[in-house]
Amino acid sequence: MEPIEINVKIKRFNPEADSRPYWSDYTLQARPSDRVLDVMHHIKWEVDGSLAFRRSCAHGICGSDAMLINGVNRLACKVLVKDLGNRIVIEPLRGLEVKKDLIVDMDSFFDSFKAVLPFLINDDAPPPAERLQSPEERARFDETTKCILCAACTTSCPVFWTNGSYIGPAAIVNAHRFIFDSRDKGTAQRIDVLNAGNGLWRCRTAYNCTEACPRDIPVTQAIEEVRRAMLFRGA
Amino acid sequence: MASARPRTYAEAREVSTTNFELAWWVFMRVSGLILVFLVFGHLWVNNILVDPADIDYAYVVNRLAQPGVRIYNTFLLFFAMLHGVNGLRYSIEDYTKRASRRFWYKVILYTVSAIIFVLGTMTLWAFTYEEMGAAVRAIGVTP
Repeated sequence: MEPIEINVKIKRFNPEADSRPYWSDYTLQARPSDRVLDVMHHIKWEVDGSLAFRRSCAHGICGSDAMLINGVNRLACKVLVKDLGNRIVIEPLRGLEVKKDLIVDMDSFFDSFKAVLPFLINDDAPPPAERLQSPEERARFDETTKCILCAACTTSCPVFWTNGSYIGPAAIVNAHRFIFDSRDKGTAQRIDVLNAGNGLWRCRTAYNCTEACPRDIPVTQAIEEVRRAMLFRGA
Repeated sequence: MASARPRTYAEAREVSTTNFELAWWVFMRVSGLILVFLVFGHLWVNNILVDPADIDYAYVVNRLAQPGVRIYNTFLLFFAMLHGVNGLRYSIEDYTKRASRRFWYKVILYTVSAIIFVLGTMTLWAFTYEEMGAAVRAIGVTP
């Protein structure tokens, strides 16, 4: 594919030097088949080395490069220039404190994740081999095993934006992954966390999370399933 | 309820002591459904069964003299107020950042709603409408 001229606008902020965020404009050549991450590499490596952003695997698995691209939370490594046109606007994820440019402080996000105990809880004596599970039992929580913790869902949530203490869709998705796991026995503890004032009852089913998820997890549906589990279990 | 910020499992456990939010969530769904029938029932009676042009003071007084209408309207008042006030509480908790402001907004909300609730209940139950109609006519005010 022939390169085309594109204009990239990036929201920049260095809390140690700037009093407020500002926009940097870059005009450059890119192939329509390039990913946004390639464009950002080009800017950082050849135009402006001061631009800061996270990325690790660059293949949509590690979840490091979630950002707000043309108004939608997505992974820079999974979106192509041809799908955005020749004007690209990139901002950091909303609702989290900006450390520098597109790097946000993920601590509160991971604290919420840790709060739902995202690991198998089962104090029964281990069987000689694996704890067995039927394909149907495994399929029950298959969707929510796909989470890569990129924070695209949580930072697209309007409740999270203003009231940053909401536990957020990502943590609920990871609770779902264990609550519906037939081998797990920690449901009561997880429900305690989710039933709190900042837990999943704050979800207003805006569906932003479902649209933002780069792994196509039906996030809102997972939240509803956890709600029903809590409701009919008498929490 | 929402001012604490649990960041660990232990903190979350301390905050979570009741099923308060779960109960409200269920109430919102149930009352929403009930309100659809109550509101449209009210509209149907007063706009379709009865020609709105025929509604005058005498009609309202006669209607409110019937216990069935009073009970119906009490339910309407009860569900609409609780459903609406809880919806506003959700909005305040979601969109007010500062804890002190959130507290005062809720104080104002609950005070105003309590007044409306009491006034509404009084309007429905504290008067005998037959006597009121007679009293108003006696002092010569055209209702």
